[in-house]
Amino acid sequence: MIVRIMGEGQWKLADSHFVELNKLDDDLLAEMESGDEDGFHRTLGALLDAVRRLGAPLPDEALEPSELILPAPDASLEEVRDMLSDDGLIPG
Amino acid sequence: MSGVMKRMGMIFRAKANKALDRAEDPRETLDYSYQKQLELLQKVRRGVADVATSRKRLELQLNQLQSQSSKLEDQGRKALALGREDLAREALSRRAALQQQVTDLETQHSTLQGEEEKLTLAAQRLQAKVDAFRTKKETIKATYTAAQAQTRIGEAFSGISEEMGDVGLAIQRAEDKTAQLQARAGALDELLASGALDDPTGIARDDIQTELDRLSGGTDVELELQRMKAELAGGPSAGQQAIEGGTGRPQSQQQPQDTPRFDKQ
Repeated sequence: MIVRIMGEGQWKLADSHFVELNKLDDDLLAEMESGDEDGFHRTLGALLDAVRRLGAPLPDEALEPSELILPAPDASLEEVRDMLSDDGLIPG
Repeated sequence: MSGVMKRMGMIFRAKANKALDRAEDPRETLDYSYQKQLELLQKVRRGVADVATSRKRLELQLNQLQSQSSKLEDQGRKALALGREDLAREALSRRAALQQQVTDLETQHSTLQGEEEKLTLAAQRLQAKVDAFRTKKETIKATYTAAQAQTRIGEAFSGISEEMGDVGLAIQRAEDKTAQLQARAGALDELLASGALDDPTGIARDDIQTELDRLSGGTDVELELQRMKAELAGGPSAGQQAIEGGTGRPQSQQQPQDTPRFDKQ
């Protein structure tokens, strides 16, 4: 599966790694919903590190659609919440 | 998976988000959409194939039931011919049960056929849409690539103009320096000419002048020596003769005549 970290690029990961990633991803969502800014940044960092560590980076010129997308490392909780709101950043 | 990764992926796929555009290549989004449409088309086609398979299975079952029904009808007819009404009744009652099944299957068959037609039509429409999207996608991608190339050309041009600016500055500096040197040289010439400065570089001119001075000076000395020798040898007139071409006449006698002669000339 191909995962994109916004502003960084894409990584190809074996499906077997998704158990570990899913755990962090669920934690991230819970922290975002509860408004735990510190926890959100900690978990986001851990999740991005895991993707970089477990995945093989795709070359920049590769045109592969990303199945999963992660916010940029410096994204704030509020920004991610806005992106995940019903309308996204652009309604419709 | 229902965390942030999945949801962001879904939102990304669903919306042309400007913030995401900064990180994503729009051509990637278009290709992704096209791929998704192809997958959808594939699903629809698979659905059409599944329905068609079910329809064919029903048709086979119907054929079997109808042949069984015909067989039971024949059996009933034969039983009656043999005077076995009981057997004929049994055969006909079994046939009636089969007929009910046939009717049910026929209803199902007709429903499936309707579904199949609808799905086939949907698949055709979807195919047309996907084809149209593909064309549009390639056009947009080409436009985007062209825009990118234009941007690069623009950047290259601005780079060139910067470079030209640098060259211009270098030329300007060279011109300034030349003008400065010329001004300095002019000022030095003026100072040298006015005598305010000694000419430290005028060695060659001095050599020539010295030689000329030496030569001219030397000639004068030689002439003077000859004149003096002539005076000592034969008085002033002898010396004058020697110098003026040796006429042999004494200077005291010739002087009054000589002057008008010079005046005539």
